[in-house]
Amino acid sequence: MKLDDLLTHTSEWLKGTGPNSDIVISSRIRLARNLDKFPFPHWANQKQGEEILQTVAQASSKIDYLKNTTNFTLTDLESLDKQFLVERHLMSREHAQKAGHKAVIIDSEEIISIMVNEEDHLRIQVMQSGFNLYEAWNIINRIDDCLAKELSFAFMADWGYLTACPTNTGTGMRGSVMLHLPALVMMRQIDRVLAAIAKLSFTTRGLYGEGTQASGNFFQVSNQVSLGQSEEEIIENINSLIRQIVEQENQARAALLSRNGAVLEDRINRSLGILKSAHIINSQETIELLSLVRMGCDLGIIKDIDRRTINELFIITQPAHLQKIMKKKLSTQERDIKRAEIIRNKLKI
Amino acid sequence: MLCDICGKNPATVHLTEIIDDQMNELHLCEACAHEKSAQMESKFGLSDLLAGLAEFEKPDLDKEVAGLKCPNCKLTYADFKKIGRLGCGECYITFKKYLTPLLRRIHGSSQHFGKSPVRVTKVVKKKLDLADLRYKLQKAIEEEAFEEAARLRDQIRELEKKQRQNNDA
Repeated sequence: MKLDDLLTHTSEWLKGTGPNSDIVISSRIRLARNLDKFPFPHWANQKQGEEILQTVAQASSKIDYLKNTTNFTLTDLESLDKQFLVERHLMSREHAQKAGHKAVIIDSEEIISIMVNEEDHLRIQVMQSGFNLYEAWNIINRIDDCLAKELSFAFMADWGYLTACPTNTGTGMRGSVMLHLPALVMMRQIDRVLAAIAKLSFTTRGLYGEGTQASGNFFQVSNQVSLGQSEEEIIENINSLIRQIVEQENQARAALLSRNGAVLEDRINRSLGILKSAHIINSQETIELLSLVRMGCDLGIIKDIDRRTINELFIITQPAHLQKIMKKKLSTQERDIKRAEIIRNKLKI
Repeated sequence: MLCDICGKNPATVHLTEIIDDQMNELHLCEACAHEKSAQMESKFGLSDLLAGLAEFEKPDLDKEVAGLKCPNCKLTYADFKKIGRLGCGECYITFKKYLTPLLRRIHGSSQHFGKSPVRVTKVVKKKLDLADLRYKLQKAIEEEAFEEAARLRDQIRELEKKQRQNNDA
């Protein structure tokens, strides 16, 4: 697989299918694993970093579940390509930015990605569309077992999997669910919801994970505790929290419709109007308007555009994607013009 | 409310930092706040917070462990406090005494109940079996299944006895 092949592919997490996919965009599980023979990435020297890459590459090439994967060494990638992978949620910003011996192993369906030498030696990630953490767990659990046959992981009976940062020790697991909560934001109830999430020891982040702001009404909710609970318990705890948030968003949507139906329809259709006619548009405005249009599709206010088209627009209007599509570097203004053009074309009926 | 650092004086300085919509609160006495202020002014990231948490355990921890060094990767406890990351798996054994309270603070527990690698050593396997039984015992008590709990308790005692005998031998 070449990196550019991904351009014509719809990422798993953007398919717009799966349970509760009107509100839950995607479910993701990641496992942190380390090799017991080597220092953690930040503490390893160049030679060890290189050895870790080779050891993991060799192990993953033997595993059946990973036979459709490609291993990209980050030093071989242009910065635009790295940004492109970050935009597709196949690796973290930190992984793209920090120098060193790093790699990312990606499967052609974009369900599995393994970052090598990020904060830990392996950061295995599995994505599923919609509200589907259990399926993500089933897949990642099998991959982890296969890897453990080839690699000797740092592990203690009392403390489980050992990680560079003690906040990940234990299961090394983080389950994250990406939510689209426009009605809770509009009803000004989101702060109350976020405060409740934090109180229950869960974290909320923006679209691109750690250190990013929530934008376009997207919120990523994940567990903070990784030790003292089994993987299934952690998932069940996230699930019951997510079920409540989904319920609240549904109630907020119903309330908006019944109290202010005309205002809501007006805002949604105006958003669509701008997207259909703008000739210059930046990414922030795009995300905000697409968010409203997406809710319009969910509520049946907009009937002739499907969720998948909206989801696709979210991804291809991002800076690195625009430049990959155009096959050249674009200035901010050039991007804003191109972005508007692509959106107009996609939404033309 | 007592100071989060010294635990002796009443907390008069209350700091709230919001990172990614997540609120972190620190309640400090005036003396400790003064000492911490330089650190607070610089970026208050997760590693600082972690390092801070480790420090809260014991004010005189510095002298006791500053020189403690992991024999495998040569990371010192002072390094860990500075960068908030451990150096290798063996660091967990080297600094076990100091990491136990830290893990409890972060996760509310210091016992792993999740999966384990498909291949583990016999010693680890025995420990895992024991941990698993203890976990089941805890669940049985929560569910008030006392007969089951008694059975599990006996099993645990038996295993512990065997382990002691093995250790003595």
